Amino acid sequence: MFVAVIFFLIIIASVVFHIWSPWWWTPVASNWGNIDSTIELTFWITGSVFVAVCSFMSYCVWRYRYRPDRKAEYKPEDKKLEIRLTALTALGVIALLAPGLVVWNKYVTVPENALKIEVVAYQWGWNYRLPGDDGILGTTNISLINDENPYGLNPEDPNSKDDIIVMDADLHLELDQPVKVELRSYDVLHNFYVPQFRAKMDTLPGLVTFYWFTPIRTGDFEILCAEYCGTGHYAMRGKVLVDEKTDYTNWLAKQITHEKMLAQNKENKKLLTAEIKN
Amino acid sequence: MDNEYNNNKIETKAADSSSGSYVPPADNIPASEIPEQELYHAKSFWTRWVFCQDAKVIGVQYALTATAVGLIGLVLSWGMRLQLGFPETFSFLGPATYYQSVTMHGMIMVVYLLTALFLGGFGNYLIPLMVGARDMVFPYLNMVSFWMFLVAVLVLISSFFVPGGPTGAGWTLYPPQAILPGTPGSEMGIVLMLVSLSLFVIGFTMGGLNYVITILQARTRGMTLMRMPLTIWGIFTATVLALLAFPALFVACIMMTLDNLLGTSFFMPEIFTMGEQLGTTGGSPILFQHLFWFFGHPEVYIVALPAFGIVSDLISVHARKNIFGYRMMVWAIVIIGALSFVVWAHHMYVSGMNPYFGFFFATTTLIIAVPTAIKVYNWVLTLWRGNIHLTIPMLFSLGFIVTFVNGGITGLFLGNVIIDIPLSDTYFVVAHFHMVMGIAPLMVIFGAIYHWFPLISGRHLNQTLGKIHFWISFIGAYAIYFPMHYLGFIGVPRRYYEMYDSPYMTTGVGLNQFITVAALIVGFTQILFLYNIIHSAFYGEKSEKNPWKANSLEWHTPEMPPAHGNFGKDLPVVYRWPYDFSVPGIDREYIPQHVAPSEVPTAKVEKT
Repeated sequence: MFVAVIFFLIIIASVVFHIWSPWWWTPVASNWGNIDSTIELTFWITGSVFVAVCSFMSYCVWRYRYRPDRKAEYKPEDKKLEIRLTALTALGVIALLAPGLVVWNKYVTVPENALKIEVVAYQWGWNYRLPGDDGILGTTNISLINDENPYGLNPEDPNSKDDIIVMDADLHLELDQPVKVELRSYDVLHNFYVPQFRAKMDTLPGLVTFYWFTPIRTGDFEILCAEYCGTGHYAMRGKVLVDEKTDYTNWLAKQITHEKMLAQNKENKKLLTAEIKN
Repeated sequence: MDNEYNNNKIETKAADSSSGSYVPPADNIPASEIPEQELYHAKSFWTRWVFCQDAKVIGVQYALTATAVGLIGLVLSWGMRLQLGFPETFSFLGPATYYQSVTMHGMIMVVYLLTALFLGGFGNYLIPLMVGARDMVFPYLNMVSFWMFLVAVLVLISSFFVPGGPTGAGWTLYPPQAILPGTPGSEMGIVLMLVSLSLFVIGFTMGGLNYVITILQARTRGMTLMRMPLTIWGIFTATVLALLAFPALFVACIMMTLDNLLGTSFFMPEIFTMGEQLGTTGGSPILFQHLFWFFGHPEVYIVALPAFGIVSDLISVHARKNIFGYRMMVWAIVIIGALSFVVWAHHMYVSGMNPYFGFFFATTTLIIAVPTAIKVYNWVLTLWRGNIHLTIPMLFSLGFIVTFVNGGITGLFLGNVIIDIPLSDTYFVVAHFHMVMGIAPLMVIFGAIYHWFPLISGRHLNQTLGKIHFWISFIGAYAIYFPMHYLGFIGVPRRYYEMYDSPYMTTGVGLNQFITVAALIVGFTQILFLYNIIHSAFYGEKSEKNPWKANSLEWHTPEMPPAHGNFGKDLPVVYRWPYDFSVPGIDREYIPQHVAPSEVPTAKVEKT
C-alpha cells in the first residue's frame, strides 16, 4: 500500500513540477520557435507514456501485492496484446519523428538571402568577420596567420579586401535579416551557442561548419561556448546584440575592413621598428 | 557423422546411469555432444583466492575492484557538486581540478565501474551457474582478464599522482584539446588514460570471449537458448556488443597516443595555438568522434542490456509470475543490440559532420524506442496479476522501471535531431544519461546484490538497512536528476566550472544548491550499504537454500554458496524455462528448471 502510494506520488510530483516549474526556456529570439513546438509535442506524447506506464505499475503494486492466498496468473504470452502495443508505439515514434525531420530539413536548408558571416573561435574567445559590400567572405588559411593578419585571410583573394573585421567579443546583427554563420576555429573544438536562438554547432579546426537563423527580436544575448574546449571553457563568453536597421548601420560604419586593417598594422609595425631603432 | 553418434552413445550411458534405465518420453533430453572437461583444481591459498581460475571468485574480484574504483568516482562527483552548488566557497576546487574530476568521474563510472561490474562481476559469477556449467570454458584466460583489468585500474589511478595530474579532457577525450596544453593533464595524464583504456580493452576481450563461448558451448543438457534466463541473454548480447565495439575505442586510443607522443596527425588538422602553428596537418577531429561513439553508443547498451536481463529475472521471481512475453523479450534484446551499432552519430548532431546524416541517425535512433518500449511494457505486464512480494530486490526493480522510463523518454528528445540542437551539451543531456545509464542500471545492480547476496555469502543482507538504502537512494537520485533536466531547458551548458552571473542562472542557483545537497545525502547513504555488505557477510542472518524460491539453476547447487565445480557429481539436466511460477494444475508454487515433466505430471505448463 505504502509503496504503491509513494511511487504514485512521485509521478504526480513530476507532473506538478513540470507544470509549475519556474525553470523553463528563455523566450525565443530567432525563427526557430518551431523547435520549441516540436519539444512541446514530444513532451505531450512521452509525458503521457511516462504517466501511463508508471501509474499502471503503481496500480499493479497496490492491486497485486502479496497475499498468501493469492496465486499469480500463468500466462507466458499474449500475441495480440504484444502486437497492438508494438503498433501503438511505432505510431507514437512516427508522430515524434516526422515533424522533427521536417524542422531539421529547414534547419539545414539555408535561404538564398542569408547574410554570410564568419564566427572565429579560439581558446578562449570569439571574433567575427562580415563579408563587406561584395557579400562574399574571402578565403583563409591557418598558415597565413601572423601579427598583421590575425585571421589568416588570403591577401591574394580580391574578396578578402572589403571583409569587415570585428575583433571584439560583441557581434551586432540586424533584426529580421537571416544570417548564415560560418564557423571556424584556430585551435580546438568550440561551439557557438546562444540559448535564445535555440541553435548551435561545433566549430573545429580544419573545417568550416555552419547554421542559419533569423533574429526576431532586439536585445543582448549571451554567447556560450557549448563544446568543452579546455580550462577556460566556462569563461568563453561573448555577446550578440540584435539591432534595428539604423543602429545596425551605425555600428557597421564604425567597423574596419581587412584592407585597412592590414595597412594600419603595417604602419604600426613600421613605427614600432623605427622606435626600436631609435 | 558416425564419430559424433559414437561419442553420443558413450555420453548417454554416463548421463543416464545415475537415474536408472527407464526415461519417460517427455523427459527425454538429447545427450551432450562433447564429454565434460577436466576442471583445474587449485592447490594452494594463492591459486584458490588470488590467482584464481574459478569464475565465481573472479566475479567477486571484479566486483570488489569495480566498487573500489567506483567509490573514487563517487567522491569526485562530490567535488563537482560542491563547486556547482556553492561556487567560490571551496578554494581547493579550481577549474583544472574541476575538469579533472568531471573527466575521471565519467570514465570511471562508465567503463571501470558499470562495464566491469555487469560483465566482469555478474557475468563471471552467474554465467556458469545459470547455464549449468562447472566453470568458464577458458579459466586461465579468465584469470588473466581480471589481472589485466586490475592493471588498467592501477594505471588509471596512478594518473592522479603524475605531474599535471589526470586528464581533464572530459570523458569523451575529444582531440585536439585532449592532447593540447590548454587542457589539464595534457602532459602525462592523457597518456595514462589512453594506456589504461587500451589495457582494459585487452583484458575485457579475454573475459568477453569466455562469456560468449561459455554461453554458446558449455550450456548443460536441455538448456536451449530459449530456456536461458534473461539475465544470461542480456549479458550475452552485451558481451557480443562489447567485443565488436571496444576495438573501435582501442584503435582510437592507439592513434591518439601516437598523435600525442610521436606527433602523427590522425586526428590533428592544421592548428594555430599559443601564437604559433603546430606541425600537424591533414587529420580529422571528427574521425575520432566517429570511432569514439561507434564504441560509445553500444557502450550504453553494454551497460543497459545486462540490467534489462537481470531486472526481468528479479521482477519475475519476486512477483511469482512468469516474465511476460519471454520470446519477445529475447528478440528485443537482440534487436536493440543490433540497432545500437547504427545510431552512434546521434551523439554528433552538432559536431559539424554532414548535416544530412541527421535524417538517417534520427530515424534509426527513434526506431530503437520500439523494442525498448516493448521491454518496459512486458515488465509492468509481468506485475499485472502477479503476487508481488515487496522485497528489496523488487523495490529496486520498481525504482529501475520509473527511472528507466523517465530516462528513456528524454532519449526521445535527444535522439530527434532537431530537438537535440538546443538541448545538446546542456544539463538536459547530463540529466538524461545519468537517469538512464547511471541511476537505472545502479538500481538493478543494488537489487541484484540484495537478490544474490545469499547465494554468494550464504547470508542475507540486513532488511531494515536495505529499505533505508533503497528509499534514500531512489527518491534522492530522482530528486537530483529530474529537476536537472530543467536547467538544460534554461540553456545552462554542461562542463561549466562556473556560470558567473549569467542571466540564465539567476533562477537556477537555488536549484543547483538543492541538487548538491541531495547528491551528498545519496552519496553518504552508500556508506550504509557498504556497511551492510561487510557486516552481513560475517554476521548476517543465515539464509536457507533458495530463499527467494527461484527456478534458475544457480539456486539449485548441492551447496550454498556453490562450491568449486558448481554442481557436484552430475551436471543438472534442464527441462523447462526458468519462469514456471504459479503454474496451474499443481500445488507447488514454482518448478525449477531441472524438474522433469514426469515429476509434475499434472502441471499445465506451456512448452518452452
